[in-house]
Amino acid sequence: MADIEITEAADPGVSRRNFIKGVIAAGAAVGSANYMFRGAGSIFAQPTSPGAVERLITITVNGQQRRVDVMRQETLATTLRYKLGLTGTKIGCDRSECGACTVLIDEVPHYSCSILTHSVRGRSVRTIEGLAAEDGTLHPVQQAIVNEQGFQCAFCMSGYVMAAVGYLQDNPNPSRADLAHGLSGNLCRCADYNKILNTMEQAAENMRQA
Amino acid sequence: MAVIRDMMSAFELFQPANVEDAAALLREHGEQAWVMAGGLDSFDWFKDRVKRPSVVVDLGGIDALKGIESTADGLEIGAMTPLTDIVRHPDIRERYGLLQQAAELVASPQIRNQGTIGGNNSQDTRCWYYRDGWTCYRAGGNICYADTPTSMNREHAIFGADRCVAVNPSDTAPALIALDAQMVVQTAGGERVMDAADYFIGPSIDITRMTVLEPGDLLAAVRIPSTWAGATFYFEKVRDRQVWDFPLVNVATALRVSGSTIEDARVVVNGVAPYPMRLTAVEGALRGGSRDEATAERAGELAVRGARALRHNGYKIPLMRNLVKRSIRAEA
Repeated sequence: MADIEITEAADPGVSRRNFIKGVIAAGAAVGSANYMFRGAGSIFAQPTSPGAVERLITITVNGQQRRVDVMRQETLATTLRYKLGLTGTKIGCDRSECGACTVLIDEVPHYSCSILTHSVRGRSVRTIEGLAAEDGTLHPVQQAIVNEQGFQCAFCMSGYVMAAVGYLQDNPNPSRADLAHGLSGNLCRCADYNKILNTMEQAAENMRQA
Repeated sequence: MAVIRDMMSAFELFQPANVEDAAALLREHGEQAWVMAGGLDSFDWFKDRVKRPSVVVDLGGIDALKGIESTADGLEIGAMTPLTDIVRHPDIRERYGLLQQAAELVASPQIRNQGTIGGNNSQDTRCWYYRDGWTCYRAGGNICYADTPTSMNREHAIFGADRCVAVNPSDTAPALIALDAQMVVQTAGGERVMDAADYFIGPSIDITRMTVLEPGDLLAAVRIPSTWAGATFYFEKVRDRQVWDFPLVNVATALRVSGSTIEDARVVVNGVAPYPMRLTAVEGALRGGSRDEATAERAGELAVRGARALRHNGYKIPLMRNLVKRSIRAEA
């Protein structure tokens, strides 16, 4: 790829200015290629095998089509935070052991640190940024948190909210024990569990009325 | 917060849409290829950079491997069916409650939404010496770090150890064995169907693998016959934390009881050996006996006969004895 660009730039009749621009672009391409493709030379090959994936993909996030350049081994949490700027999704353990990165995929809660971005092509991703209405009206679960002040430091909050939204859509009338079970895939290091459950009981009530 | 050690090493990713393409990819890449189901076990290995496959074949895009279907004699569950779907399936809840109970106790809700029945049965062991990348027997070396005088081996085996003392961590595996399930495996030579119990292997057969799957093989489906439909079931899992954790010991028991007589039984325990252990001697002793405290007591004693504790896992012997006992005497 870099070679071709240099050859074109060196073509007679190309201005000195364009020649220099071409060399700079080629250098940048080589530099980033080293960074992005390290250790996997075969990635330069054209995708010919069935099931081969391309780097430039479109994923649906919060109802928007987002075109994004994704490495094969990239997790959804990384793409959301560092490529799409959706930093409401937190990375806590990066090992599917804390729940801070929970997002909805086709309205089902998943740990976004533990699913490849390539696996959500054709599926719909919803993050904490996608909950409030266009006019800024908070989602019933978010409103319950504001009302009940359920979290202390709130690093775990966005994960809890997404897990709760997913759970309450399936089970609108949970008991407190049901809620504890349904939200058991999320940890709070402030150990604010009682207040979180109070909040989520309120959230369930809000959702039923909404 | 765990230190985020950069990203996973680069690999080539394939997401085939059907089983034929997946099989072709696995044949093409042989031992280089890592088969990924839900990915929960895989990503641990990749992020720790202990396993660095150059090719990952993700089965998540193969719809033919997902779903639960009724067959002439029971159910067929696609290997890529998420555990949540199994927990919620009305027929499984009603007739094969043992599997539903086991699946519901796996890890956490989000993991059950993504983790599959095939992955739960094919996952690697949790021995941390091995998972930390120590070159033990299982990793191709010639020592077991978990079986030395100073090893921390509270979670390790009391049965079936052969150089390696790691245990199988699956919750659904003992339930499937107790239900006389069969595993459908796609190999280069065609489809192989085997009893669930034969799917799992110990170190004396191959110390580097937990299952019969060799490079190029795929677990396609699990078949559950109606043999034990609606039987009396008992599943219990003992673990350190009530969420996320793997079992220290779990027990899956199916009983056919007529009046107070046990006509037939299946008792399977996991977390105690490198493979889920079906306790045929216990089953034999139960058959024809009456379902009472004395029978349960005897079953428990028989279950742990021959158990050999390591330095820190002696507690597993009474734990297993009591779980087996409880599984027999419990009222339905």
